[in-house]
Amino acid sequence: MTFRHATIEKNVILLMVLTLITVSIGGLVQIIPLFAVESTIERVEGVRPYSPLELAGRNIYIREGCYVCHSQQVRSFRDEAERYGHYSLAAESMYDHPFQWGSKRTGPDLARVGGKYSNEWHVAHLVDPRGVVPESIMPPYGFLLNRTLRAGDIADHLRTNRAVGVPYTDEMVAAAALDLRMQADPEADTTALLQRYPKAVVGDFDGDPRRLTEMDALVAYLQMLGTLVKFSDYTLKDLQQ
Amino acid sequence: MDATELLAVLRPLWSVWFMLLFLGIVAWALWPTNRRRLEDHGRIPFRDDR
Amino acid sequence: MSAITAMDGVAGPAPQDLPARAAFRPVEDVVRAFVVATMFWGVAAFAAGVFIALQLAFPILNLDLEWTTFGRLRPLHTSAAIFAFGGNALLGTSIHVVQRTCRARLFGGDLMGWFLFWGYQLFIVLAATGYLMGITQSKEYAEPEWYVDLWLTIVWVAYLLAYLGTIMRREEPHIYVANWFYLAFIVTIAMLHIVNNLAVPVSFTGTKSYILFSGVQDAMVQWWYGHNAVGFFLTAGFLGMMYYFIPKQADRPVYSYRLSIVHFWSLIFLYIWAGPHHLHYTALPDWAQTLGMTFSIMLWMPSWGGMINGLMTLSGAWDKLRTDPALRFSVTAVAFYGMSTFEGPVMSIKPVNALSHYTDWTIGHVHSGALGWVAFIVFGAVYYLVPVLWKRPQLYSTRLVSWHFWIATLGIVLYITAMWVSGIMQGLMWRAYDELGFLQYAFVETVAAMHPFYLIRALGGVCFLVGSFIMIYNLWMTVRQPVAVAAQPAAAE
Repeated sequence: MTFRHATIEKNVILLMVLTLITVSIGGLVQIIPLFAVESTIERVEGVRPYSPLELAGRNIYIREGCYVCHSQQVRSFRDEAERYGHYSLAAESMYDHPFQWGSKRTGPDLARVGGKYSNEWHVAHLVDPRGVVPESIMPPYGFLLNRTLRAGDIADHLRTNRAVGVPYTDEMVAAAALDLRMQADPEADTTALLQRYPKAVVGDFDGDPRRLTEMDALVAYLQMLGTLVKFSDYTLKDLQQ
Repeated sequence: MDATELLAVLRPLWSVWFMLLFLGIVAWALWPTNRRRLEDHGRIPFRDDR
Repeated sequence: MSAITAMDGVAGPAPQDLPARAAFRPVEDVVRAFVVATMFWGVAAFAAGVFIALQLAFPILNLDLEWTTFGRLRPLHTSAAIFAFGGNALLGTSIHVVQRTCRARLFGGDLMGWFLFWGYQLFIVLAATGYLMGITQSKEYAEPEWYVDLWLTIVWVAYLLAYLGTIMRREEPHIYVANWFYLAFIVTIAMLHIVNNLAVPVSFTGTKSYILFSGVQDAMVQWWYGHNAVGFFLTAGFLGMMYYFIPKQADRPVYSYRLSIVHFWSLIFLYIWAGPHHLHYTALPDWAQTLGMTFSIMLWMPSWGGMINGLMTLSGAWDKLRTDPALRFSVTAVAFYGMSTFEGPVMSIKPVNALSHYTDWTIGHVHSGALGWVAFIVFGAVYYLVPVLWKRPQLYSTRLVSWHFWIATLGIVLYITAMWVSGIMQGLMWRAYDELGFLQYAFVETVAAMHPFYLIRALGGVCFLVGSFIMIYNLWMTVRQPVAVAAQPAAAE
């Protein structure tokens, strides 16, 4: 009797272990090889970690669930290339923790929205989407304009990103709080900032240079999306892994 | 032969290995002599309510 | 249940002599609580769904408040449907089924049961309040932040221990196949949850964290998780439900127990590979996309094996569908399971996916699974369970069950047909060229074209919601009936 019970008890554990092995295989075969970065990430120049203000803006993008309706992944089709621009590279999101590729386009893809519209357009559109695009069904985000950007711990955010593999330097972490303010300050000397974060869009974003709002951060993020890689430098062959 | 070499040999075989394992399970489940015993398990849900 | 004895006589020799049956007292208060929570969260999830569907038709309903935008409410709806409604149904029925099929009391007893119940409700409330405040990881169906994830991990490990412990102390020598599916659901969700939520918090006093993986790797891990949340939460778990409740309702054993074994192993092996079909034509390497597509197509076989097994259980008892509308829910659920597991592999074929991806077609597909399969199998199980758990002779009204069935089915049909049309239409409009070779439509024109279908979809959702109110009224009146005395020998013991 004791023996039989022992066998039975082993069986449920055995069932569990076999199940675990069975369900692990797929993940192991599909996920592990992706970490062989040489064959997964294209070798292109220009992709850099987010500037502190962009990172803060990205966190607002995440907080508001923009990814629910906007993808950031241009697929390799002619119509998408014409509508949005060059198809997305893996390299372009290699510092994205987490990724924002999205799964639904209730609104258009945003992977390359940077530089396509003015700051004023973005602010007006976020405050009152239907004031700018009458058929739009996007929710209004006027409250971002009234909210001071709270990012006192921005250096910690950079450090945490470094902990998960984003190559922020000590210098970037040390200057994080300053860079955050300078990027949205039209009076500031942004030479050092632009050396650390090439192609960052600088200047006032929300129309009120005296205040640093959540709108500043979000628009700074939107304005850099998809602008880092200069595609005219590469042929299709260069981009094949 | 170290582990990496062994892995290199075994890696292409995993699909074969799983096919065999799967066919083994199917054979076991459908083996005629197992039929009565296995189908009897289907009545387990009816042994509870008394 | 008296029919069982008769059926044993018909179906052949009686089962081998069972060991002396020690009376066991299953934990039932907790199961009752889970049933109540299932219905409560079900209504919440359906109502949230109707509301956000209306937001897409009438954006004014975003109310110009940060807490009520579509972006924050959509995760509330999906989590309420999957984890609150589906999850409570799975926990409740699995505890019921494992105790009954093992003839053993839940490991850890009432204390364990109540910990699981309140622990799980706390997880739901923490997650939901977080969404409204904008606390999210932005990983679909894994939105809760690190502190909620840790809490769920604790509850889930306790759940696994309770489940394993109950099986280990069982009286029945064989582990019934429903428990295999439930166990695969528990173990695999644990694995997926832990890996997909690996993150480093910015500080231990704050809510924000950064996910360990980035970019393409994160996308692969997310959809390995996301697709298997469908495969193991919404499929394997509910198949466990199917393999217990359909035989009980039809009063006959599953069509082929041996097929259920093959179904189990092939399903869990194939499902786990299908994730990359969410990432066709993206920056994910081609070999991974092809692998994902291949396995998704193969998945069609075990899915239909399971469907046939569920449906054929009724062979010789089809007349019961006329007299027992609750069984109609369970059987229609299996039919929807067959339909959406056919549609899924089709949508995973790359050229089809090129059209369907990013459109409402996906949303329609998800809902034919979520409303047609998941919710219907739950409704069938709950209609069966409430009289059993509350020891009432029968449901208050089978006519109301019928009404619920037809109005909910109408809702699903409206929903998925609207989404098929809008999805395919939008996909075609995005790629349409005019005679000069320019893109024919601006994006916003494709948005405007969706409006009528968003209205029809919302109407479908309203039907489904109304049906659930009918159900709750019926269940409430059932429980208010006097306790069964002689009518149910099971309860009399």
